[in-house]
Formats: sequence, structure tokens, C-alpha cells
Amino acid sequence: MPDDMNATPEEPTRTSQSVPVADRRNLDADLVGIATEPGVPKKDPIVVATKITRTFGGLTAVDVEHLEIQRGVITALIGPNGAGKTTFFNLLTGFDQPDTGDWSFNGRSLKRVSASRVARLGMVRTFQLTKVLSKLTVLENMRLGASGQRGERFWAAPFRFLWSSEEDAITVRARELLGRFKLDAKEDDFAGSLSGGQRKLLEMARALMVGPELVMLDEPMAGVNPALKQSLLGHVKSLREDGMTVLFVEHDMDMVRDISDWVVVMAQGKVIAEGPPESIMADQRVIDAYLGAHHDTDITELEESVLAAEVEAELLADHDGDNR
Amino acid sequence: MDLISTPLHDAFSPYALSFVFAAMGLNVHYGYTGLLNFGQAAFAAVGAYAMGVAIASFDLPLILALIIGLAGAVLLALVMGVPTLRLRADYLAIVTIAVAEILRLIFSTSFKKYFHARDGVSGFTAGFRSINPFPEMPDGFLSFSRNDLWVMTVGWILVALVCLLVWALMRSPWGRILKSIREDEDAVRSLGKNVYSYKMQALVLGGLIGAVGGFIGGMGLASVQPDSFNTDFTFIAFTMLILGGAARVLSPAVGAVLFWALLSFLGVLLTKLSNGDNPIIPASFMSPDQVGNIRFAVVGLALMLLMIFRPQGIFGDKKEIAIDAR
Ligand SMILES: Nc1ncnc2c1ncn2[C@@H]1O[C@H](COP(=O)(O)OP(=O)(O)O)[C@@H](O)[C@H]1O
Ligand SMILES: [Mg+2]
Repeated sequence: MPDDMNATPEEPTRTSQSVPVADRRNLDADLVGIATEPGVPKKDPIVVATKITRTFGGLTAVDVEHLEIQRGVITALIGPNGAGKTTFFNLLTGFDQPDTGDWSFNGRSLKRVSASRVARLGMVRTFQLTKVLSKLTVLENMRLGASGQRGERFWAAPFRFLWSSEEDAITVRARELLGRFKLDAKEDDFAGSLSGGQRKLLEMARALMVGPELVMLDEPMAGVNPALKQSLLGHVKSLREDGMTVLFVEHDMDMVRDISDWVVVMAQGKVIAEGPPESIMADQRVIDAYLGAHHDTDITELEESVLAAEVEAELLADHDGDNR
Repeated sequence: MDLISTPLHDAFSPYALSFVFAAMGLNVHYGYTGLLNFGQAAFAAVGAYAMGVAIASFDLPLILALIIGLAGAVLLALVMGVPTLRLRADYLAIVTIAVAEILRLIFSTSFKKYFHARDGVSGFTAGFRSINPFPEMPDGFLSFSRNDLWVMTVGWILVALVCLLVWALMRSPWGRILKSIREDEDAVRSLGKNVYSYKMQALVLGGLIGAVGGFIGGMGLASVQPDSFNTDFTFIAFTMLILGGAARVLSPAVGAVLFWALLSFLGVLLTKLSNGDNPIIPASFMSPDQVGNIRFAVVGLALMLLMIFRPQGIFGDKKEIAIDAR
């Protein structure tokens, strides 16, 4: 919930600057004093997942014992490639079915609930491999996102006067969001003509058109150019100020440190650590997990220690996305 | 002169009309939504048979017969769609082609009391013909019988109405969802739209349009026979759609008219060239009775060239075709 009255006293327009750390901490007061053990209960969880497993053949892609996502804050989900983050997203949002487990959103169980229903309930996700509709224009992509349109009903659709004013209102909202995401100049272009980074932005903006309570972003920064990244960070933070909850997968540790209130670390399908960003970055288990991802190749002990240092640097120091 | 008049006659005839409707239905299925329905013949068959049997065997009024035909098409769409529309696209293709063949077999071998096997159903046109306002036409450049003229008038008016409906639907948010499903179902799902329901609506709508084609074709030929609804029917309709350009409102009608005109033109031309005592095309190369098949081969060749040089069809937009023909 937007208990952020003292977080945005500055200007009416949002800037891309970071909210000062002191202010940010006010937002996640609920997270203060929570143990940093995997699966800890939160004060006001929006998502609660228990014993979720998903195997592909012999491979256990996801095996989450218990995880709660705090409402109204930005939670980062990190972990090496193949950790199961995307699969976990798919399971939570109904795009894939787990072998076992139960999970709820706003206290309502989502087991066997269809993906479209999950989205209508207010839990909207984006995809790691962007899914913009390349044969629609940017603006049409945005309009598609709006929920509960009268013109989407068969009997009303042929009669323009029944839905044109609603469409106009949707267009206003779409343009406002496109402006925020620096895509307003492209509104009449086919989405297929956008760059990879612009597609990411469009997908995120389109997800917001649905009016979600929880936004789940799978690698929103991949392929977005550094100049835009900064303003995108600002947008993600503004989502929280608007009262939304954000869960995002990201490899860019800068971004994770800068905007997340809480970090969940997955490795080999399991949640191995969670906590505030500062403590997670220094956590030996996390460093080991990232290192573990390199273990399948034969390496000597010397190389391993070099690698360990690299990984540590990757996690701790400033470093710009080496990963897609 | 018949090099022009015969193709014109054929291209607008009641027989061609039934293909216009089939292609318009496929345009909703495949052109806009990306659904591969290879059993469009079944919708036309259900429409035609339901109308024919309801009138010929049960003496029902025309209006009621048509309503039964439309209800049959809705039922058929549900039978095809319920088990397959949640699955990958190929399942719909397999099921539709199978259902269409099964239906054709039922019509040609079962319930002979009503369907009359290969002879088909006839004796159902009286009611429709009794409201024909046209007088008998004098023979002229284009001479249609009074009955044909009546069927064609009604048929082409209905074509215009269907085009209007499709146009109105496809510019709406409803149409936007169909076009999005054609491209990426999961994206549409992630935005909270019930993809299954929209696919079903599209399947039903396109099927209803196909059933109207069955009505018109049946009234035009004054009989309904099982073999007119074989798989060729569906594929010719697909060909017309692609010739015109998928996902364009007018393209099925234009494609169908052009297709028949071309086919008929070739028929007349090849017959002329291979006939007589001293034919231009020697009998050793092609005899007049082979014309019927050869013209299909030539049309096929023309279509191949079209797909190579203009894969989006006559009206189509390359950016919008569902399958990347390249
Ligand atoms: N559809 C699938 N079929 C088989 N294996 C899969 C499938 N999806 C994911 N996996 C496997 O599950 C593991 C987790 O993948 P993923 O969730 O994509 O990881 P992440 O997003 O953390 O990089 C990987 O080993 C991947 O190969
Ligand atoms: Mg992933």
C-alpha cells in the first residue's frame, strides 16, 4: 500500500534521480527487522508460494520451499543463468503448471488459475524474450493492454459509438505512458521496427496499461541502452510510489542495488538467500552460487580463485550488464 | 466473345458465390486470427444440408431452415474448437480436416431417407424462388436465368453485408485482440484476455459465414450433394483468400472472382485452341477433354508465381501476413 506520503514531497514530475536512501528506507519499513533467512514470513505479503516444484524430465528447474513477496516494495530476484527464475515466473503467472505446490496472490489461491485470469486479478508479467506484437503499431500495442474494454465484446464491437469514447480515454492514458517511456515519437510505428531495448520498454509500458497491482518484470534492462536505463530506474521506482508492487529479475547489480528494497537469490531452482541488497551482496552463499554456475567447466583451483574474485567484484563493485 | 462473357458469367455465378463466403469465413479464421481451419467445407455442407433437409423432408419455412443451418454451424464450431483451441495450432488443422471428411461420409452414406446418398437433397427451392421479383431476362451478352439472377442478387448483397460486418469488427478492440492472437497468444494472455474465448468466437463467426455460402450454393444449384464439399472445396477457398491477400476485408471476394474468371477463361481458351479439324494445340499434346484438368494446372502455376513475386496477395500488406511466405 502507498504508505509513501513522505517519500515524494519534492516535485510533481518524477525525475530519474534516485530517491535518497534515507527516504527509500521509509517505504519498506515493513521489511525492517525481518530475518534474512530464505522463506522468512513478511508482514504484509502480496504473494505467498509454498513447496513449488517443477521438473523438466530429470531436471528440477524450480524447487522453492517457501517464499513471500512483500506488498508495496521492489523485490529483485537474482541468480545465475538457469537458476529457474523465468520458470518460477511462468509458474506464478499461470503460463506453466508446477508439479507440486500452492501459491496465492492477495490471499487468493492461484492454483490452476489461467494465465489471463491471473493478469486480470492484477498480477501482470513481462517476458524475458520480449513479446511485443510487431504487426501492430506501438499505440495499438498499448491500447491492447487496457482491461475490461467494452469494444472487446463481440456484440458491442461493430458499433463504434459504443466504444469510441472509451477508446479515446485509453489512448490518452497510453500516450501518457509512452511519453514516460520515451516512446511517444514512435506511436505510429510498427512495434516490429523497434530496437530490442525499445521493445522491452514497450512491453513494460503495455503491462502497466492493464492496471496491475503486482508487476513482474523478467530482465527489463536487458538490451536497454545505458542512457535510458537511468530513466527506466526512475520509472520502476515511480511504480512503487504509485502503490504497485514490483518483482523483477535482473542481472545488472547496479540496478538491483539502486532500486530494490529486498533481494531474493535463486540457484539451481532453490531460494538460497534473501535480504536487503547490501547484506545480500556480501553474502558468501550468494557469491558461491554465482561461482557455482561456472563449475560445470573444468577449472583449476587457481582459475577458480580468480573467478571467485571476479564474481565478487561483479556483485559488489560497479559493473554494467555483461549478460543478456 | 465468350472469352469475356463466359468468365464474367462464371465469376459472379451462384457457384462462385459459395466460395466467396467460404473464403470470407477463412479470412476471419486464418487471415485475422491465424486459425488453420482445413474443414471449411464442413460449415458450407452443414448449412446447405440443414437448409435442404429442413425444407425438403420436414417442410419447414425457409427462415426456420436457415436458422437451423446457422445453429448447426455454431454447433460444428464448438465440436471442432472445444477440444483443440487450447492446444497448439496444428491440432485444429487436423481435427477440422477430419471432421469435414467424416461429415461428408455421413452425408453420402448414412440417413439415406434424408440425405439421399450421392444423389443429394433437392426440392427445397420453391419457397425462395416464389419471392423472386425478377422477370425472365431476354438473352443478351450476359444471360443469367431468372433464378440465378435472384440468388446472385441476394448473395452479393449478403457478401456486401458480411464485408461491412468484418470491416466494423476488425477495426474494433475485438478485432485488435484477434490480430494479436494471430501473432502471439501468450502476449495476449499476459494482458488478461481470454484467448480461448476469442478464438472460439472467431471460429464460430467464420463458420457462420461459411454456412451462408452453403445456403447460397444450395439455392443456386437447386440441389445439395456430398461431393461438392470435399477437401478441394476448402483448399480452393484458401487459394482465393491468399490470391486476394489475407486479412483484408475485400480480398476474399476479389480473390474468388478473379480465380473463377481465370479458371473459366482458360477453359474457354484451351477448348477453342484444341478444338476443330486443325487445332492450334495438336491433339497429341492436349485433347479437348483434358482441358478441365489442364486449366487447374495452369492456374496452379500462376499461383506459384504469385506466391513467389507477391506473397501477400493482391491487396495484402506484407507486414501483416500470418505465415512468412518469404
Ligand atoms: N520448457 C523447458 N523444457 C526443458 N527445460 C527447461 C524448460 N524451461 C526451462 N528449462 C530449464 O530449467 C532451468 C531453469 O531455466 P530458467 O527458468 O529459464 O532459468 P533462468 O531464468 O533463471 O535463467 C534451466 O536449466 C533450463 O534449461
Ligand atoms: Mg530467465
